[in-house]
Amino acid sequence: MRLTRVLGVLAAVLLIGIAAFAAWAWHPALPPTEASTKPAFDAALIARGAQLSLLGNCNSCHTKPGGAPYAGGRRMVTQFGVIHATNITPDPETGIGRWSEAAFLRSMHQGIGRDGAHLYPAFPYDHFTRVATDDVRAIYAFLMTRPPVRAEAPPNALPFPLNIRLLIAGWKLLFFHAGEFKPDPARSAELNRGAYLVDGLAHCGACHTPRNALGAEQPSRYLEGGESENWHAPALNGASPAPTPWTSQQLFTYLRRGFVDPHGVAAGPMQSVVDNLGEVPEQDVKAITEYIESILGAATGDRLTTVDELISRQRGSTPVARGGEATTTGSADGTSGADGAQIYAGACALCHEPTGQRFSAHGIHPALSKLITMPDPRNLIHVIMDGIEPPAGAPAAFMPGFANALTDLQIASLAKHLRATFSDQPEWRELESQIRKIRAARNG
Amino acid sequence: MITLNVNGQEQHVDVEPTTPLLYVLRDDLGLNGARFGCGLGQCGACTVVVDGKPILSCITPVAVLQDRRVTTLEGLGTADNTGPLQRAFIEEQAAQCGFCIPGMIMRAHALLQRNASPSEQTIRAHMRPNLCRCGTHMRIMAAVRRAAGRMRAAGTGTAGPAQREARR
Repeated sequence: MRLTRVLGVLAAVLLIGIAAFAAWAWHPALPPTEASTKPAFDAALIARGAQLSLLGNCNSCHTKPGGAPYAGGRRMVTQFGVIHATNITPDPETGIGRWSEAAFLRSMHQGIGRDGAHLYPAFPYDHFTRVATDDVRAIYAFLMTRPPVRAEAPPNALPFPLNIRLLIAGWKLLFFHAGEFKPDPARSAELNRGAYLVDGLAHCGACHTPRNALGAEQPSRYLEGGESENWHAPALNGASPAPTPWTSQQLFTYLRRGFVDPHGVAAGPMQSVVDNLGEVPEQDVKAITEYIESILGAATGDRLTTVDELISRQRGSTPVARGGEATTTGSADGTSGADGAQIYAGACALCHEPTGQRFSAHGIHPALSKLITMPDPRNLIHVIMDGIEPPAGAPAAFMPGFANALTDLQIASLAKHLRATFSDQPEWRELESQIRKIRAARNG
Repeated sequence: MITLNVNGQEQHVDVEPTTPLLYVLRDDLGLNGARFGCGLGQCGACTVVVDGKPILSCITPVAVLQDRRVTTLEGLGTADNTGPLQRAFIEEQAAQCGFCIPGMIMRAHALLQRNASPSEQTIRAHMRPNLCRCGTHMRIMAAVRRAAGRMRAAGTGTAGPAQREARR
């Protein structure tokens, strides 16, 4: 029978394929280290590892709110389900205390745990694979000398079949390209350093590059704007929504200090990034700045607009004049009793558009805010609702939140008014539903 | 004309819709409990409760408060007939200069209305936006705990006689 023979061959090919995939996907557990064999680390290596860990933003995901540093447990909601960051303190039972340096290196470069299991790419090994082995060793030395904390991460909540880790091997086959960073000889040493940090340890693209339906970064849309924790991560290339172009000095100050005039303050998931960049060697932040600047490209056309021009473009002369009468933009229906212009004049303008008051909080002028020019309204909604809260114990920018003062309808009116008055961008779509979703998430 | 519901009573005030609630409370309605501290929503001295949630009245225009219920310190009781939260603040001697206390009481009121058994951590996190320059934080914390304990024992809220009246 011909048909059976054909089917037989197909089945054999399939089986060989499965066997080859299994052989490729299977990785052995690496032997656990014993407490007695714990290596002694050089103090200089640990210090370098500390700075590299800050550049890698490890603490941000591997520390839960109010939890011990690096002890994990932080809940991350992804498009695929909920996963929890693991404990990377050297606790032998619940952390990486029994991980050898080889096991740590394999996890960073290949995304495989000590036990041989494939790791979910929420751990950005697609970037960490670019990190030089020596740098990974320094990070290992730093982590292994942290105080061990006994803390078991809660189990992940991923639906079948995503809870089968072998599937990640398939994902890697499609999207993961292992290999350390190779400097481009045509570039300056500083630019290469910047590219090494941005694409490797700092994993900027993990948030700022859009991902495909399977959660992999799209290389063709490199740093074109992505997302993180339900915030929009703005484009870092020519599509940057910044109303005025970034200068090199502004970008450096922003990354280093978390605030720069006229661009404003780092908010949302970017807050911990700039916190960390405030502590690392200055030349590394300079290198990141130079590389990002090369991605942003030279300012052209509209982006050359000066700060003064932008501010003078708005209609009306004072916020009171604009807010005193109902405008056609952002007017809400009768039940809320407030329109966006009135809310802006009464709640925002005092700080964001001071007109001769004796006091001011020096909020940036809305005409300069990228929250209003962004293609996505979520960041503006977050900031209106929760304001800007400085990290505990750190002097930093502050803005009060308005989640309790303003209803969803009023926030929508305000956002529409801001968009229409302070940008030349089209109305946001799905504004109301985004407001409802963000409200529900912060209440839940 | 703007219509407001303050401590259960309807009030009509002739002000610009952009006027901060704080100015209306103090200047038009004679309710001087809420204080002007920074005027920028940074200190919490102006805190009042709207629909059960604490808000900063110095940066909240009255335009957004139509059809919503505003509760101020005066709504929790009077000097002669104090509410449980006010009594707890007096008993713990939580005030030094006292400027922040009305805002502290109102923020605590919003918490205890929805959670009569808050943990130490919950109280701290909830009270964080309100500043006290004298440094009586430990006594403020004690007052909130004391009020919570009393409410649990009595099975009542922190609302004083005036507000209970208004609810009927």
